[in-house]
Amino acid sequence: MAEKSGADILVECLVDLGVEVVFGYPGGAVLPIYDALYNHPTIRHVLVRHEQGATHMAEGYARSTGKPGVVLVTSGPGATNAVTGITDALLDSIPMVVITGQVPTQLIGTDAFQEADTVGITRHCSKHNYLVKTPGRLAEVVHEAFHIATTGRPGPVVVDIPKNVQIATAPYARPELKVHASYRPQTKADAAAIDAAVEMLAAAERPILYTGGGVINSGAQASALLRELAALTGAPVTSTLMGLGAFPASSDQWLGMLGMHGTYEANWAMNQADLILCVGARFDDRVTGRLDAFAPNSRKIHIDIDRSSINKTVDVDLPVVADVASALDDMIALWKQRGHQRQDLSGWWARIADWRAKRSLSYPETGEEIMPQRAIADLYQACVATGKDVIITTEVGQHQMWAAQHFGFEAPNKWLTSGGLGTMGYGFPAAIGAQMGNPDSITICIAGDASIQMNIQELGTATQYRLPVKIFILNNEYMGMVRQWQELTYESRYSNSYSDSLPDFVKLGEAYGWTGIRIEGPQDLESGIRQMLDTPGPVIVDCRVAKLSNCFPMIPSGAAHTDMLLDPNQIAGIMSDEAKALV
Amino acid sequence: MHIQEELSQRHVLSLTVSNEAGILARIAGLFTARGYNIDSLTVADITDDHAISRITIVTSGPPKVIDQIIAQLDRLVPVHKVTDLTEAGPFVERELALVKVAGVGEDRIEALRLADVFRAKVVDTTIGSFIFELTGTTEKVDNFVALMRQIGLVEVGRTGVVGLMRGKEAN
Repeated sequence: MAEKSGADILVECLVDLGVEVVFGYPGGAVLPIYDALYNHPTIRHVLVRHEQGATHMAEGYARSTGKPGVVLVTSGPGATNAVTGITDALLDSIPMVVITGQVPTQLIGTDAFQEADTVGITRHCSKHNYLVKTPGRLAEVVHEAFHIATTGRPGPVVVDIPKNVQIATAPYARPELKVHASYRPQTKADAAAIDAAVEMLAAAERPILYTGGGVINSGAQASALLRELAALTGAPVTSTLMGLGAFPASSDQWLGMLGMHGTYEANWAMNQADLILCVGARFDDRVTGRLDAFAPNSRKIHIDIDRSSINKTVDVDLPVVADVASALDDMIALWKQRGHQRQDLSGWWARIADWRAKRSLSYPETGEEIMPQRAIADLYQACVATGKDVIITTEVGQHQMWAAQHFGFEAPNKWLTSGGLGTMGYGFPAAIGAQMGNPDSITICIAGDASIQMNIQELGTATQYRLPVKIFILNNEYMGMVRQWQELTYESRYSNSYSDSLPDFVKLGEAYGWTGIRIEGPQDLESGIRQMLDTPGPVIVDCRVAKLSNCFPMIPSGAAHTDMLLDPNQIAGIMSDEAKALV
Repeated sequence: MHIQEELSQRHVLSLTVSNEAGILARIAGLFTARGYNIDSLTVADITDDHAISRITIVTSGPPKVIDQIIAQLDRLVPVHKVTDLTEAGPFVERELALVKVAGVGEDRIEALRLADVFRAKVVDTTIGSFIFELTGTTEKVDNFVALMRQIGLVEVGRTGVVGLMRGKEAN
């Protein structure tokens, strides 16, 4: 059999695995791989400006297409710069394969130039990782890496390849998939669990479906099945930040997002429900609020593909370890087979109507300045009016929560945000990755003035690849969420939360060949948004919004769902040390 | 404000894992990363082809934490099986200790007498010292070491616990 170099074997594997795009940055320890990619006929390489950007682009690509994102970086600083994105993908269960160069095997451990212990550093922020010490092992490792990244609970897998392994040769034939015998994600639910779940759901008087990112990860089929189950049961549906879009926001069964900045009706319905069906969510601390007051009178069913998510923070009555689509399919089949009819939930819906009447997402408007919520709502309306497919990414902070609250998502894979790790600097590169995977969609990064600066260097990447991404900055000249917490807990001592020395975003965009638009006040809002959407290339919008707006509703840390703050007048300014100690 | 601690229980976990580079770091690191306790950890390969290792971990924590530890270990790719011996039924646990004791005269005779009671073997001797080899449960080793401390304990080496389920079945 003809021998190939490790670099050629790697590239051959990527082709065999259907990889079309690689996000990366060259360097000494990956030069052989870059040479193998030179003028490659099918694999497109996107040259980023910083390796963290590459990882978030891969995440955006993966989240919007359902395919794994692929990253290629060099040893040492290349790998360490990728660590934030790898961790982000782990916390949000994003399928990603990160290929890192390493110093040659004989130099490992000698503090060689650009040497870092990449497998050591990424061991606990990846789903799995490998150091490949011989080219003969490379093909099976790469195939296994993609399998592990994309199956079970998806996540990032790191493959560290020393430079001499990229150059040395080995016989190559497309390998049979050999996976660790110990890797066996459970995708099909136990029949008894499905039976019990269906009976509990059929008997519930105040049910609620609490859904999360697992529905999105499970594929489009899972979202369709969720809609079917909701229709069969008539139950209200709420979702975590990560699950938005799995259930249509236009449905009258939709309660909005739950949790710290969720709606009044979603959080009260969770508190008062007699049955919570958790579908691919994980009872995160942003969702539960104070644990001992969380949904105290309900029985809980938890569908999750990862057994370690079950009973981690909240004890449930019925665990269902399975892939969401598979479990929902089984439940719906059994529901129909048993001939269950939907319960009369009119009393439950009447209570929900009362909570909805609080209009918890309303906000005051003077007409003199743009309220950030209004900017999102107008952006949403303008996007709907285009009739085109729209993908929204966000950075992290107040703008992220306002986007989650005021932008309506109708379909999965259209909302890309950093939920678990809360990575400022995620949204813009994620938008670039999403645009690469969805060239015909309108891709908009909703950003804040502070977080957009965390990966602002990627402006050049979008220019280079002619990607028409839009950046919509809600500019209030603050790290708004930090400032909001300082108001809440530290008597408005704004320690280092003012964005001093902001760049002129319009000129900055123009310097990179973008179109820059500034929206100064309410009179410019509609036309500015329309201009952004109508301009063919990349556009950066500096939308000046009310500086001191805060994000409501809010469950302060350490509080119960029933202790929501609905407006600024309820801000206390002082908190107990126990509450302060929570994140 | 003061940090609250929860009551812990001791559990012996037995794992079979693929014997590959980094597996021990993966497991030990999981414990530190998630704030779990390790009281002892032993590892050695147990198959003809050296492909599988058994790791025995003695840990402690509230029941919910023990359950999480097992679930977290189980989802590591190279981990084949995790058994909580403490929960799974009767099991045997042993550790081996080497205990060096120095002394002359009556102390020396008393050390030998106690070693006999504990069925410890003398594996090294000089005019002024012994090294005893002792196997048993952690408690038995603790007791022996405590007695030797009164006589003239010099130093101790312990393997940590290994354990297996009782009965004829493989676990």
